[in-house]
Amino acid sequence: MNFDLNDEQRLLAESVSRLMMDRYDFNQRKIYTMSEEGFSPAMWQAYGELGLLALPFSEDDGGIGGGPVEIMIVMEEIGRALALEPYLPHIVMSASLLRHAASPEQRAHLLPGMMDGTRHIAPALGEMTGGYDLSHVRTTAREEGAGFRLDGAKTLVLHGGCAHAFLVSARLQGRPEDQQGIGLFVVEADDKGVSYRPYRTQDGQSAAELMLADVRVAKDMMLACGSDAAPAIARMADEAIAAIAAEAVGAIDSLVKGTVDYLKVRKQFGQVIGNFQALQHRAADMVVELEQARSMALYATMMSRHEDAIARAAAMSSAKVQINRSARLIAQACVQLHGGIGMTMEHPAGHYMKRLTMIEKTLGDSDFHMDRLASAAK
Amino acid sequence: MDLQFTAEEEDFRQEVRAFIKDHLPERIRRHLIEGRSASKDDIVEWTRILYKKGWSTPRWPVELGGTGWSAIKQYIFLEEGLAAPAPELLPFGVSMVGPVIYTFGNAAQKARYLPPIANLDEWWCQGFSEPGAGSDLAAVATRAVRQGDHYVVNGQKTWTTYAQHADWIFCLCRTDTGAKKQEGISFLLIDMKSPGIAVRPIQTIDGGHEINEVFFDEVKVPVDNRVGEENKGWDYAKFLLSNERVGIARVGTSKARLRRLRELAAIAGPDGRRAIDRPRFRDRLIETEIALKALEITQLRVLSDEAAGKFKGRPNPASSVLKIRGSELQQATSELLLDIVGPYALPAQQSTDGRNEPPVGPDWADAVAPLYFNLRKVSIYGGSNEIQRNIIAKAILGL
Ligand SMILES: Cc1cc2nc3c(=O)[nH]c(=O)nc-3n(C[C@H](O)[C@H](O)[C@H](O)COP(=O)(O)OP(=O)(O)OC[C@H]3O[C@@H](n4cnc5c(N)ncnc54)[C@H](O)[C@@H]3O)c2cc1C
Repeated sequence: MNFDLNDEQRLLAESVSRLMMDRYDFNQRKIYTMSEEGFSPAMWQAYGELGLLALPFSEDDGGIGGGPVEIMIVMEEIGRALALEPYLPHIVMSASLLRHAASPEQRAHLLPGMMDGTRHIAPALGEMTGGYDLSHVRTTAREEGAGFRLDGAKTLVLHGGCAHAFLVSARLQGRPEDQQGIGLFVVEADDKGVSYRPYRTQDGQSAAELMLADVRVAKDMMLACGSDAAPAIARMADEAIAAIAAEAVGAIDSLVKGTVDYLKVRKQFGQVIGNFQALQHRAADMVVELEQARSMALYATMMSRHEDAIARAAAMSSAKVQINRSARLIAQACVQLHGGIGMTMEHPAGHYMKRLTMIEKTLGDSDFHMDRLASAAK
Repeated sequence: MDLQFTAEEEDFRQEVRAFIKDHLPERIRRHLIEGRSASKDDIVEWTRILYKKGWSTPRWPVELGGTGWSAIKQYIFLEEGLAAPAPELLPFGVSMVGPVIYTFGNAAQKARYLPPIANLDEWWCQGFSEPGAGSDLAAVATRAVRQGDHYVVNGQKTWTTYAQHADWIFCLCRTDTGAKKQEGISFLLIDMKSPGIAVRPIQTIDGGHEINEVFFDEVKVPVDNRVGEENKGWDYAKFLLSNERVGIARVGTSKARLRRLRELAAIAGPDGRRAIDRPRFRDRLIETEIALKALEITQLRVLSDEAAGKFKGRPNPASSVLKIRGSELQQATSELLLDIVGPYALPAQQSTDGRNEPPVGPDWADAVAPLYFNLRKVSIYGGSNEIQRNIIAKAILGL
């Protein structure tokens, strides 16, 4: 067993960390959140220059061929910096879908723009009636003429507002809850019949509702998996959970560090508040929760490409439940230990709480994953 | 021993409930039930309705406009208001500075300040906390230096709730830097329109604006605006803080929220499922209801001790129990909302170009996460829960 990073991975961690340190201080981040994109397009280019946008794509596809550990490293730094760029949806998630579901020709068509940072491609899978279940698909795809006609609506498309194209799941046959019969389609944002409504999310990021009304998609823009996209979607969700778990760990780690630093400088009653044993124990409990989270994020990373879909899903659900628990307990404790200043937008603690709360609610909350584990145990 | 309310008390409850039902504007009630905060106008409107009825200063002495209700009736009135939910009476006037003025102030101060509090013609805020004086309130450093018939005030207050609306602020100021820290503080009433006062808004993590910094730069305050004796302000502050212990648990607020949770849990969400059918959620809801029942009875026990005069003049240490559990349960109810709302916790009301649009998902969903964020404050202010635990350990347990 070996949990250490190799030299190349350490280098990756250091360079991402340096980029974030140079370009992502608290005030800079505030400026990014206020822009219409809700993130920094210049940072996106900087990600590209570091090779991060090509990281998850195979060398055959012109990418760097990074695996789950490399993604974990990047996501952890994103979490630490509370970075706003759509790396999770537009790179980790879309790359996963394209890796598992697209043909080499389709990848050759789509990847260059993603890797050079000129095109954002957003997965648009969730639907309002499906909750967190991504295989619940009502949006329809009918063969018509030389291609398909798509009708329906997609919800909570992360960073959908800046997307140039969407990877849309739509049903070719069957009932909404059937695993079989789902296809994946590349829909250009400016295609006729596509409309979307972008909005801010509670953590300062953004998402969009996507409406599809009589949208025409050419035959070769249906991904190669045909009407059997559910396994690719499930793989994508599992890889995304591992990635968001790493983001959470980075955020929690940074939040705990900041809080401990604060305990060492904030004075009340003529002494630093870190002298009070009640607060020392709160801080110690945070470390326990953090380490539990870190372990489960590693476990998720290791299991995220496991071939056995059932074992993989169980690992991901377990990891997400632990991450959600640690995120909530630690965020609450850290805001509490800051007192009044922790309640304000002027201090990072509350911003970490907001992002961590939204992480909890993304890709399945604890009730969803507990249900999934419970029904698997039956 | 009798755990029942008397028939008269039950009648009184019905009377209060009916009055609120008939007079509380539905627009305000809806707003509050969705977990949004009351606006200044809402609070003023409701206070004036209560004033007409003679109920806006229920705890004050009868000759000053109080109702003369027993402690139990005071409690029933408070809880019915919270449970409706109606806006809470602005505490800074009615429950904080009002009692300080009628207990320690002179006749001129009573005549000048009390009537506009009762009708909310004047809005007060509380200038206690400072950047360096939070839990350690006696460390206040804002200076008031006597110059003839004025004090000249310099310094800064912070976390001042609703200073942006305030006509007046009551402040703890240091008038003697040589004395022990509790013994050099005076209690001043300061007109917010005084030259030299600046208010800077602080945005809270839910995006709202309820707190502020208040800066004092050579602000002249007439000596007549000092309540009681010079350097005795800490005694008045302690009186103020120990006042209004009952109600600190906000049982009614949590009750209203649990009732709302029951309603929402019984409605199918966008995914067609009802939260109440999910065993994990249902169990948490019931556990929270049980804890609230226990807290309510604890609160009644504290109240009946107080009614019996057991803690005359001293704070009852059991009020720390109420504060700790009451704040935890308020927070727990907001977490249950977060559980129900699922992925629709994410969307904020704002579109990406800053316009307000109808929410995505259920029409109450956008208020859920902000409420959860905002309620983290209740375990921080009013004496943090850590400070409350210190009080229990020292005052109840003698550790
Ligand atoms: C939303 C909001 C509204 C407010 N409104 C007002 C207002 O209108 N007027 C006003 O005067 N004040 C107001 N306050 C201020 C509030 O009373 C203070 O925030 C509170 O007293 C804590 O002080 P602090 O923020 O300086 O935290 P600190 O005192 O610095 O505390 C930081 C942490 O240390 C802990 N701690 C401190 N001392 C000890 C100890 N001895 N043992 C163990 N733990 C300890 C605290 O519990 C906390 O977790 C408000 C605060 C908030 C958040």
